[in-house]
Amino acid sequence: MRKFLPLLAVFAILSASAGMAQSTSEPLPPKEMKWSFDGIFGTYDRGALQRGFQVYKEVCSACHSLNMVAFHDLAGAGGPGFTELQTKAIAAGYKIPAEPNDRGEITDDKGNRLTRPGVLADHFPQPFPNEQAARANNGGALPPDLSLIIKARNGGPDYVYSIITGFGQTPPHGFAVMTGKYYNPYFAGRNISMPPPLTKGSVTFSDGTPATVSNEAKAVVTFLAWASEPQLEARHRIGFEVLAFLVLLAGLLFLAYRKVWHDKH
Amino acid sequence: MAGHSSYVPGSGLTRWLDQRLPIIRLVNDSFVSFPTPRNLNFWYTFGGVLTFMLAIQIVTGIVLAMHYVPNADMAFSSVEQRIMREVNYGWLIRYLHSNGASMFFLAVYIHMFRGLYYGSYKSPREILWILGVFIYLLMVMTAFFGYVLPWGQMSFWGATVITSLFSALDQLVPHLGTSITTWLWGGFAVDDATLNRFFSLHYLMPFVIAGVLGLHIWALHVPGNNNPLGIDVKGPQDMVPFHPYYTVKDGFFLVLFIIVFLSFVFYAPNFFGNPDNYIQANPMVTPTDIVPEWYLLPFYAMLRSVPQKLLGVLVMGGALVSLLFLPWLDTSKVRSCRFRPLMKQLFWIFAADCVLLGYCGSQTADAVWTVAGIALPLVWIARLGTLFYFAFFWVLMPWIGKIEVTRPLPESIAQSVLGERS
Repeated sequence: MRKFLPLLAVFAILSASAGMAQSTSEPLPPKEMKWSFDGIFGTYDRGALQRGFQVYKEVCSACHSLNMVAFHDLAGAGGPGFTELQTKAIAAGYKIPAEPNDRGEITDDKGNRLTRPGVLADHFPQPFPNEQAARANNGGALPPDLSLIIKARNGGPDYVYSIITGFGQTPPHGFAVMTGKYYNPYFAGRNISMPPPLTKGSVTFSDGTPATVSNEAKAVVTFLAWASEPQLEARHRIGFEVLAFLVLLAGLLFLAYRKVWHDKH
Repeated sequence: MAGHSSYVPGSGLTRWLDQRLPIIRLVNDSFVSFPTPRNLNFWYTFGGVLTFMLAIQIVTGIVLAMHYVPNADMAFSSVEQRIMREVNYGWLIRYLHSNGASMFFLAVYIHMFRGLYYGSYKSPREILWILGVFIYLLMVMTAFFGYVLPWGQMSFWGATVITSLFSALDQLVPHLGTSITTWLWGGFAVDDATLNRFFSLHYLMPFVIAGVLGLHIWALHVPGNNNPLGIDVKGPQDMVPFHPYYTVKDGFFLVLFIIVFLSFVFYAPNFFGNPDNYIQANPMVTPTDIVPEWYLLPFYAMLRSVPQKLLGVLVMGGALVSLLFLPWLDTSKVRSCRFRPLMKQLFWIFAADCVLLGYCGSQTADAVWTVAGIALPLVWIARLGTLFYFAFFWVLMPWIGKIEVTRPLPESIAQSVLGERS
C-alpha cells in the first residue's frame, strides 16, 4: 500500500481541483440521459430509429446533410428496420441531382438542375449544393453534416440531445445574445446560430407517440447515433461472444499453467 | 543460452535441413529449450504481449491499407465511409488497429517501467535496453504518422503542431528550421504531399520495428533474462526451459491482456480517441484544444512548460534521449529495487511524476489548480514535474546508487523460490 501513496496523493489533488467556477459563457455539462444503445447489451430502439428518421427527414434535413448514409442502410441489419419495399419508396421520394443526359446536359432549358428519383444505392442528398450556399442561407453559419455528429462531439448523444432541447431558457442577467443568434446554455459560448429546431407537434408520429420536443429529440438522437455507428449492434453481439470465449480460454490456460508449474514454485 | 544447443533432428529430412539451414535449431534454441529464470513474474510477460501487438498492428494495418486512400480530399471518407461502413468487418479491423496502438503503448510503458524497477538495463544488458529505447522511439514516430492518416481535425492540427517544431531551428540558423519544415511537408503547409509521405512511412516503420525487435531478442538471448531478484543465474537449478513453462504462463497472461484490449474494441472503441478527429480536417478552422494521443501527453507537457520554443523542443528530445544513458546513470551494484529501499521509493515517485505530467499535458495551456484557495497554474506544476524527470535520471540515480544501503541479496534464485526444498 505504501508504494501507492504518491499516486493517491496525485489523485486527491486532481479531484480537489475538479470543481471550478463557471463563467456565464462556459457551456453547461450535457443532460445525462439513458439510451437504448448504452451498455454492453445495448441495441437501437427500432421505433425510435424510425421516428428519428422521420424527424431528420421532415426537420433537420432542411439544413443538415447526412452524406455518409445510403438509403439501403435504412434496410440494413441493426438499422431502423424498414423493409426493402419501404426503403425503395423512401429513396424514390427524394430528388437526386441527375447524371448528364444523352445530350450531355445537367440543367433544363431554364437552367434548373435536372433531377431523378433516388434509388437504394444513393446517399441522402445535400440540402445545399455547396458550403457557400449553405452559409448564405444560414446567416453565415455552416450547418454541420450529421453522419458522424454523435461521435464528433464531447458528450455524444447527451450533448446533441441537450443542444436541441436547450432552447427557450432565459439568459443570465447581463448576458448578451448576439443578433441573429439564439441562447443555448449547452453550446460553447452559449450563442448558437441554429434556431430552435423542434417544437411540440413538429412532426406527427404514425405510431401514436406524442410529438413532444423531448420525444422528438430522443428519437432523432437515436437515429443519429445509428448513423454515426451503424454497426453497434453487431459490435455488441460479437464482442460478447468473443469475450465469453476468451474468458473460457483464460480459465483453461490457468488450469494448464497450474498443472505445468505445480512443482516448480 | 548462446553457445550450446540441445536440438536433435528427429528425421532424415530435418537432419538434411539442419546441415543446410539450421532454422528449426534456431527456433528450438530460442523459444523451446531456451533456459529461462524460474522466478519471472507477471510483469515479465509484456515482451511477449508487445510482439503480439506488433503482429496485430501489421496484419490489421495491411488490410486497412487495401481500402484506405492517401489523398487529402478522400482520406477521411475512405476511413469513415468505406472502411467503417462498407467494408465487411471494416469497423472491427479499424477499431482493432486504433485501440491496438493505445494497447501497444500501454504494454510498452509497463515493459519499460518493469525494466526500470528490476534494473534490467544494467550490465550485461545495456545494448538490450538501448535497442528497446530505439524501438520505443520508432513506435512514437509510427503512431504519429498513423494518427495523421484518417485526416480528421486532430490528425491535421497535430501534424501541423509537431512538424512546426522544427521551425524552432530558425533561432539557431535563419531559415534552417523553415526549410526543414517545408521539406518535411513537401509544400508550404500540411497537405496532400504530407499525407502521402506519412502514409508511406507509416507502412514502412513497423517493418523497421520488427527488424530492431529481432536484434532486441538476440541481445536478450545472449545474457539471458534478468529476473525480479536481479541476481545472476548460478546453474540449471535456477532455470526452466522456455517451453512449456513460459509458453503456458505468458499464454495465460496474454489472453488476459487480449480480454482488456478487446473490451475496449467492442465496448468503448472511442475511449482513447478525440471527438474532433471525427470532423474532417479543415485548415481554416483550428480546434479549441490541440491534444496529442494519451501516450505522448507527458512529453507534450514538457514541451509546453518551457516558454522558449527551441529550448522546449530540446527538453522534450532530452527527455527521450536521457533513457539511452540510463545504464550508466545508475551507479548501484544491485539491480532489483526489491533490495534497494531508496530507489524503490524514488521509482514510484518517478512513475507518479510521469502520470502527473501526462495530466498536465491533457489540460489547456492556461489551466489552473485551485488547492485550498491558492491558484496554481498547471504550467508551473508541469515545470516542477519536468525538473523532477531530469533530476531523477541525471542527479538522483547516480547519487542514490552511491549512498544507498541495499538489503542483502539471496544466494540464488532456486534458494529464494524453493526455500529449504532446494
